[in-house]
Amino acid sequence: MFEATSINHHNDQVQLRYKIVFGVMLVILIIPVVAILFTLIAKGSHAMSWPFLFDDPKDGMTAGGIFPAIFGTIWLVVVSLLASVPLGVAAAIYLSEYAPDNLLTRLINLATINLAGVPSIVHALFGVGAFVVFFKFGTSILAASLTLAIMTLPVVIVSSWESLQSVPRAFREACWNMGATRWQTIWHVVLPNAFTGILTGVILQVSRAAGETAPIMFTGAAMFLPFLPNSVFDQTMALALHLFVVATQVPDVPESLPFGVALVLVGIVLLMNTVAIWIRMHLRGKKKW
Amino acid sequence: MNTSNATEPLAINTKDLNLWYGTFQALFDINLKIKQGIITSLIGPSGCGKSTFLRSVDRINERLGYVRIKGAIEVLDQNIYEPNVELAQLRKQVGMVFQRPNPLPISIRDNILFGHRIHNAKSSSKSEEDAIVEDALRQVLLWDQVKDRLHQKASVGLSLEEMQKLCIARLLPVKPSILLMDEPCSALDPKGTAAVEELIWELRGRYSILIVTHNMAQARRASEECIFMLMGKVVEHAPTEKLFVTPAHKETADYIEGRYG
Repeated sequence: MFEATSINHHNDQVQLRYKIVFGVMLVILIIPVVAILFTLIAKGSHAMSWPFLFDDPKDGMTAGGIFPAIFGTIWLVVVSLLASVPLGVAAAIYLSEYAPDNLLTRLINLATINLAGVPSIVHALFGVGAFVVFFKFGTSILAASLTLAIMTLPVVIVSSWESLQSVPRAFREACWNMGATRWQTIWHVVLPNAFTGILTGVILQVSRAAGETAPIMFTGAAMFLPFLPNSVFDQTMALALHLFVVATQVPDVPESLPFGVALVLVGIVLLMNTVAIWIRMHLRGKKKW
Repeated sequence: MNTSNATEPLAINTKDLNLWYGTFQALFDINLKIKQGIITSLIGPSGCGKSTFLRSVDRINERLGYVRIKGAIEVLDQNIYEPNVELAQLRKQVGMVFQRPNPLPISIRDNILFGHRIHNAKSSSKSEEDAIVEDALRQVLLWDQVKDRLHQKASVGLSLEEMQKLCIARLLPVKPSILLMDEPCSALDPKGTAAVEELIWELRGRYSILIVTHNMAQARRASEECIFMLMGKVVEHAPTEKLFVTPAHKETADYIEGRYG
């Protein structure tokens, strides 16, 4: 015989308490994000105008626009991606698909993850030593972009590796058993299914490359340049450094200017993230297994 | 001149095959002669090395990296562990069907054509491809069910039974001579099992089939020869009927009567 157990209402209350605790945590997390965006929009929006976006700075950077900085940031991000994405994805493919699972491979993985934690100012010094001085690129877009690439590379590798690993092993076995070579398996099955994950990792690095100041300060970004760069061997202005300069180095800057620069920087990053999220959703809609 | 009247042609011939995973020895001195064109089943308790043996016949084991092998496996009279053996060619000869159906996340049609496409540098015309798809699906008795939805994703809308048949069908366009099946029915319900067994029986003669199974009734119903393995060793290899009715070894008798397993 079974006896009915009494329902314990105490448990329900404990559950409710947990729910509230985690809910409060979430709100605490969201507050700074909302506050930052709100402040930027409130204080920076009246600096916004077409001339602000498309003119050169004037009057010792206290007036005029920020076009050279926007242009330079885009240059830096694009060139650094051209270097870090092929290299990073290729390294991830090697680690995930070719490398035997031994001590060396695990050490390389560990080193890669640790490299992601190196402070950006250290990357900057490496960039000066390697690209500016040793390879004689001088302070240039190329040197700055490669420094950014070195900085973003570990995360590109790790996130690509994780996306490759998330493709079910059964797919690979199915391919091998039809006589596909490793490369055919990777090209036809693994990469297409890992693509959205790799893209996410890359996009996160776009935001980081656009926002970092230290790595470009000594390697290629200039405080003020009255002309746009013509090639990757020129110096350039960049939004992140420009923000630092107008916020701390230049006297008599109207308060709205640095906030305007910050708003543009955040806007560009958000725009890129939005595009990436849209691409991901579009691709994921087609992917089912 | 045919001097080998006495010996039937062999699909798989192993010579003192030993296999280790790291320091653990999984197979001990396997000497098996598996005949061409018939269905051979491989039975034994879990961990006895059935799947390991199956997976060393198309060398898929090696991907694990810590597998060591001594001895030889001859597939159609060619030792597959010789250094000049090209894996892609071996796997064209030897197809594998897995426990869980694993269609690729592409259309039914593309699944069937996948093997054909990677083995042919120049692409075939659409009508040639249509013929390949129809032939493969007809061979596995699946054509009538899926002919109207060939462009649908293979991983949605198909039952497990249909997926498993598709996984068999996609091996056929590259014209393998041996099909390895690793418990092909264990993920299926009784009706699906019956259908796939019927299909396997149907393919007999055209392909040499080696099937690992936990299901004694299945081994008895659907195979002509039967191999019983225990602790990495072959205990008995005999015509199925003989192995089940008059087993030569006590271990075999105990196992098929269900005293362990």
